[in-house]
Parts: sequence; C-alpha cells; structure tokens
Amino acid sequence: MPEHDVTPSAIPTRAPSSGARVFSLPASAWPAALPIALITAVPIMVLLAHLLHPDQEIWQHLWQYVLPELLINTLWLVLGVGVGVTLLGVSLAWLTAACDYPGRRFFAWALLLPLALPAYVTAFVWLGLLDFTGPVAGWLRETWGMTWLPPIRSRGGVILVMVLALYPYVYLTARAAFQGMGPRLTEAAQSLGLPRWRAFFRVALPMARPGIMAGLMLALMESLADFGTVSVFNYNTFTTAIYKSWFSLFSLPAAAQLASILIFFVFVFAVLESVARSRRSYAASTRSAQTPRRIALKGASAWLALLWSAVVFILAFAIPIGQIGHWALNVYGQDLDSRYLEFAWHSLLLSGLGALLVVGLALILGYAQRLQPTPTMRLTARLATLGYALPGTVLAVGIFIPIAWLDNRLIELFGLDGQILGGTLIVMLLAYCARFLAVGFGSIEAGLGRITRSVDEAAQSLGVIGGRRLTRIHLPMLRVSLLTALAMSFVDIMKELPITLMTRPFGWDTLAVRVFEMTSEGEWERAALPASVIVIVGLLPTYWLIKHTEHAHT
Amino acid sequence: MLTLEHVAQSYGAKPVLKDVSFQLKAGQIGCLLGPSGCGKTTALRLIAGFERLAGGAIYLGGQVIARPGHCMPAEQRRVGLVFQDYALFPHLSVAANVSFGLSHLPTADRNNRIHEMLDLVGLAREAESYPHQLSGGQQQRVALARALAPRPRLLLLDEPFSNLDVELREKLSLEVRDILKHEAITALLVTHDQNEAFAMADVVGVMNEGAIQQWAAPYTLYHEPANRFVADFIGQGVFLPGTVLNDKQVEIELGVLDGHIPSDCADSGGCGACAKSCKVDVLVRPDDIIHDDDSAMQAEVERKAFRGAEFLYTLRLPSGNRLLTLVPSHHNHAIGEKIGIRLDIDHVVAFRQ
Repeated sequence: MPEHDVTPSAIPTRAPSSGARVFSLPASAWPAALPIALITAVPIMVLLAHLLHPDQEIWQHLWQYVLPELLINTLWLVLGVGVGVTLLGVSLAWLTAACDYPGRRFFAWALLLPLALPAYVTAFVWLGLLDFTGPVAGWLRETWGMTWLPPIRSRGGVILVMVLALYPYVYLTARAAFQGMGPRLTEAAQSLGLPRWRAFFRVALPMARPGIMAGLMLALMESLADFGTVSVFNYNTFTTAIYKSWFSLFSLPAAAQLASILIFFVFVFAVLESVARSRRSYAASTRSAQTPRRIALKGASAWLALLWSAVVFILAFAIPIGQIGHWALNVYGQDLDSRYLEFAWHSLLLSGLGALLVVGLALILGYAQRLQPTPTMRLTARLATLGYALPGTVLAVGIFIPIAWLDNRLIELFGLDGQILGGTLIVMLLAYCARFLAVGFGSIEAGLGRITRSVDEAAQSLGVIGGRRLTRIHLPMLRVSLLTALAMSFVDIMKELPITLMTRPFGWDTLAVRVFEMTSEGEWERAALPASVIVIVGLLPTYWLIKHTEHAHT
Repeated sequence: MLTLEHVAQSYGAKPVLKDVSFQLKAGQIGCLLGPSGCGKTTALRLIAGFERLAGGAIYLGGQVIARPGHCMPAEQRRVGLVFQDYALFPHLSVAANVSFGLSHLPTADRNNRIHEMLDLVGLAREAESYPHQLSGGQQQRVALARALAPRPRLLLLDEPFSNLDVELREKLSLEVRDILKHEAITALLVTHDQNEAFAMADVVGVMNEGAIQQWAAPYTLYHEPANRFVADFIGQGVFLPGTVLNDKQVEIELGVLDGHIPSDCADSGGCGACAKSCKVDVLVRPDDIIHDDDSAMQAEVERKAFRGAEFLYTLRLPSGNRLLTLVPSHHNHAIGEKIGIRLDIDHVVAFRQ
C-alpha cells in the first residue's frame, strides 16, 4: 500500500463516470479478471473455429442426413414456444398486474411456482400421464371406451410442455413492466378517448414490449438449450443430436460442428435479449410510485380470468408436483436404497463445490470491475458471464475439446497414460462456472452497487480502511447478495442435466442423471423419486424470488 | 483553521479548479456556493483527502495536509463528512453508525459519546433503529452525529439538505447551524442553493468555472457583488444601461446614482476623469425599487407573481427596459396599469458593458 489509501474511483457514484479521474490503483485487476473470462471465451472460440472452418466430409454428412430434420424441428419448437409463452405470460401478467378478480392475489405469486420445476420433470410427468399406457388413457378407455387420445409424443406435445415450463420467464418480466408503468398512462389514453381495451393495445402493451421481449428471449434461449425435455420426448433437436454424435456415434468433431451451429442461433437471441434489456431501462424510468388502481373484472370476465389462471397453474404446477409426490411415495419403499445416498451426495458435492466456485469467481470479477471500471473491463465481465446463453451440451463440447487437447499434450510431455483432466470433476466444475457465472455475478454486482462510493468514503473519513473496511462494511453489506448467489447457483447446478451427463466421470451419477436414466427407460415412477428432491430444493430460490418480487410491489 | 492556497486540480486535460484560495477561521461556518460543475465538490473532496491536488496547498490547523506529492490519508486528517446521500451503513443501527469512528475509545467513553451525540441531534430514542426505518431528516441528523462523534477538526457537508423537502430543508439547516455553533465546530458546506448557504454560513465563496468569484459574507455578496457572475447568481435583479458621469456618479434612465465606478472603466484612460461617458450596466435589485403612488416616475405592470406577503412585479419602463420590484401584496395592480416608482439604491453596482 502506498502512503495514501486511495478510495477506488470505480465505486458507483452519482457523478458521471469518475473512471480515470482519481489516481489509478497500484495493482491492475487484469490478472484476476482475464482467466475468469477465458473459462467462457475458450469454449466459444473453439466452437467458432469449427463454424468458420467446417470439416467438409462431416459437413456434407450433416447437411444431407441430419440438419434438415434438426432445423425444421428447432424452427417449430422456437415458433411454438415463442407464441405459447407470449400468450400465457402476457395475458397472465396483465391480469395479475392490472386487473382484479377472485384469486388474483394467490395467482400473482403462484404462477411463478413452475420455475421450481425443471422442464424435464414437467415433461416426464405429462408423458407418463398421457402416454398410451398411462393412467389417463387407461381411464378414458375403461370408462368411456375412448381409444384415441391426441398423441403426447409429438411436436405439439413437446411445445405444450415446454410452454408450461417456460412461460414464467415472460410472466415475470411482463408483469414487472406492467406494474412499473402504473395506471397513469392508460388513464391518459382513456382521457384522450380510447376505450380501455384499446388503451391496453395502444399504450400498455407497446410500453411493456421491451420487458416482454427480454423474457421471451430468455424463454427461447432455454428452449434451444433444453436437452432433458426433448430427449424424454425423443424429439430431435441440436442438443440431442450433439449428445448422440458424441456418445452414440463417438464423433466429437460432428458434435462440435453441430454445437457451433447451435451457438450461432443462441447468440442471435442473446443479442436480442440484451437489446431488449437496455430498452427496458428507458421504459422503466417513467414509473410512478403510486399504487395502481386495478381494473375490477365483473361477472363472466372475472370467472374467465379465474379459470384461465387456474388452468395454467394446475397444468404447469399442481398436477406435475402432485404426480411426482404420488409416484415418489409409491416407489420409495423399494427404490430408496444406499445408491440414493450416493446420488444425493454427488449432487450435493457438485452443487456445493460449483456454487462456491461460481460465487468466488463472481466476487473476484465484481471487485475487478469495481476497482477498474474501464469499458474493456466491463466488456470482459460481460464476456465472462456470456455462458448463461450457452446450452449445456454446447459448453460440454466446447470445454471438453481444449481439455482433451491439453491431456494429449501432457501425455506426450510426461509419457502418461489415459485421461488426466478429462473425466474428472474439474471439467464439470469449469463448465458449471461458465454456465452459471452470470447467476452469481448478477447478484454480487447488484450487492456491490449498493456499497456506494460515499459509504466507502464515510468509513475512510472515520478512520476505517483496508481489511477492516472489508470486514466491517463490505462483507456485512454483501451478505444477502452472497447467500442469494450461493443458493441460486446451487439449485441451478443441481437441476442441470446435459453438462453433468456429458462430462461426469464414468459411472458418477447424480440425482439429475438418475432422473434422465429412469425417464429414458420410461420408468416414470422411479424417476419421480430423485426428481422430488430436485424440486424441493428448487422451491427455495423460487420462494425467495417470489418474496422479492411481491415485496417490491406491495 | 483551514487554508487553501492556490489550489488547482484537473481531470485529464480539463481543469476543474484553478487557483482557489480561501481561509476559514476556527468555529466559522463557510460555504462554497455555485452551479453544478463549478468545482465545489472537487474542492471538498480535496480537503477530505479523497483526491490528490495538482497544485497549491491545503493547511488544516497550521499543518500541510495536501500539496503536490504529499497527501495525508483521509483517515488521518480528522475531517468529518456528511454526504449528500448520508452514506449511513445500512447494516448497522443508529448507535452503531455513530460509534463507527469511535473504536479507539474504551467502551464506557464510547457509550457516553454516542448518547451525547444522539441527544445533541435529538435522536436518543432512535438509537436501536436502523437507517431504513428513519425519515430523511432523521437520517441526515444521524449522518451529522456520526461525523461529529470522533471530534473532527473540521466538518465537511456535501449538499447536506438537497434530498429533503423544502420546508424541512430550512428548518434543518437552522438546526444544524445551531448544533455546529453550540459545539464550536469549524465547518465547510457545499451547495448550489443560496438560501441554504445564507441560512447556514458565516462566509460564502461563490464559485464558477473552477474559481472562487467572491469570498464574503452573504450580505456583501448580495449588495456588493464583485462581478457580473456573482450579481447574476445571487438574488434577483436586472441590469440597466448607464453612463458614467464622473468618478462618483452614474446616470441611468431612472436618475443619477452615487457610488463606485467599475475599475476597468476608470482604468480605460489611465485616469479617473477619463471614465466619463464610459458605458456600464447597473444592477438593480427588486428591493432597490420602491412603489410610490406619488412618484412622477411611471412604469407599466407587465407581469405579476403573487407571493403571499408581496407581489413580484415585472415593470416595463418607457424605454422598453424591464425592472423587478417587490411590493406589499395589498398593492394589487392590474397588468397594463401604470404605477409610480422611485429608486432607493444603497450600493451602486455597475459593470462595464
């Protein structure tokens, strides 16, 4: 430390960018920030290299036999899910944010609950229920003699299940947008002679569009990244094709080629999402602090609103959760054995280590950005957190290729045998970090933002600097953000399927992997047991999210 | 107590402070007043020790605390700060916030000091509350108590009332002044609000473009502004064109005024007499114009603003020039009406055109 303890200028302040103006810190933050960004940057670059330099032979094969089906399936999926989540999300958001009808208070938060269910869990429940041999089909046959049921194992089935699992993304952002704008503007539109329903379409909806778009893009990115749902349904998309190329055809290059195409699509959505997000801040700036005067729905419209909310809630949450509970109770007697302790232990270990790592790296990145708030540093942080957009299958391939290369170099150099890094927990943890760093970073960045420059300076002027400032001010003020980041990344890693499946050490099963294996054998009841643990753990951050969003608006 | 000598600072190529000098005596309350971007906050941060200066020197209690190449760390300066956003530690109770800078004291002394401070600011009953449970005015007073607790040699206040309602602002600024005077604290306040400056400070430095335009008591700033900027920035008023008659008199369309002649006028020819017929602008404040029904001098009411006890009339002179005047509100004249006025100028303030 030099004789003067310099208050880092990076700290958020009301003055416009005070970046370079105070003297620079002695040490640069680059040595800390750069390696973190590389965890995400290397896989992306490896795959982009595959996109730019396609292997002719593989490309020809893919183009002829694989890509047409994948492209058509993906297109339908994106279209169907896009339309579906927008309809569900926006309509429910408007009803709960701007209207009043029986049950509105309950549905306002309950409609977020499906976030706790991984899409692959919702998927296997509905498949198990509606399949030919399932209870619903059986009941229809026995009671009504109906032998025909719309086939659930179809494009429509996949889309329907995914809409039920992903609509909360749009619901969340659209609702925030509707609530943020308050009733003023629709009232202004009405005073200018527009009927209420046209005021909604002419004013409220356009203003909420950036929020809706942001949620929609997240939902679409999730649908592209989804591996569990589509494999339960045997619906071929890029993610399943990547998995099959690697693990059935043992062609890592083909997997990489497919991953490079998928990454391209995903980035289109990611860019649209960030554009929408930046617009959202403008839209939100007009918010008024008053309590909204809700439109009181009466008679038939109130009943329709109640019915619509209830149907979505029941299909997306109540039935899946009830069915999982039911199945899990059926089988736990015979199925719950010592192997489950191992699955749970593996899940716990991975999620715990992964979450600690994610939060540690996010903390370093957050401080690097705080100490050195240059545009390049912000770009680096943005790059480091880009992994949230990468499908797990893509990341698995993107991380495995450089690790395998490194292994080969090490083997050549030291004359070693077999895999050194490949097939160890290190690969999985690196992939988790890349995928979920954004989750931890978002929370920590927000937490650091609350420690304003004047708070730091207040401590300094009272004689508290350096390490004591860290322990007396920063850590206590960051505590909630740190816990949030830990909990969120813990649950996300626990639910995560493709990375775990594709990069785990041989025979190293977790709860999520167990769900996948049981569902691929159609053993719905036995899949429900590990799924129930994942869901229960997943309810925690959902509860937290609900508490926070509801708190902000009541 | 506090002395700034030729202090300069720049961010990159852009100078933000040029040659700022002033002095604050022990127990005095000073104020840097100026529009945003004038450099007043930079001056405050230099005194606090959060930035290093590029030129000049700052002395506190006779000791150099900052000059180029030397900067006493902020935490050693014993300079207390009240921030614009208060910067209370949200995870600490009011008492813990106040005791934050007292860790060097034994427990008993510390507790005494906390109570003393909370009594002083009238928050003894809120000791165990948390900042978010307090009103803005209460938070402000906690910030003051926290800054005063370690007995700083100097207290700095950065726009301390700008986050408060207008009524509260006035009440609190007088309260804070009483507390500071009671404790004989030397303090420097930074603000853009002249009412705040006048209510709080013994001496005010009007700043613009990185330089102090005038360092004087509020009364002097208002009645004897040193330059056009100060005349414009402080209070209301208009400039009327005038002509210098001799080294003591100026003529404007309302009559001949006795007073000082701008020095650059006097210098223009090297002798006082040459200032004759030099063209000047004469500052006329609303309180320099008295409404007098018997006066022969007439002006037309162009606009009026009701202010309760008085009207602020905008008057139009026959020449087309405008004047402002404050008139007791029972003199309710219609727009377009001609009313009688007369001049009552104590200090002639004129600047060369």
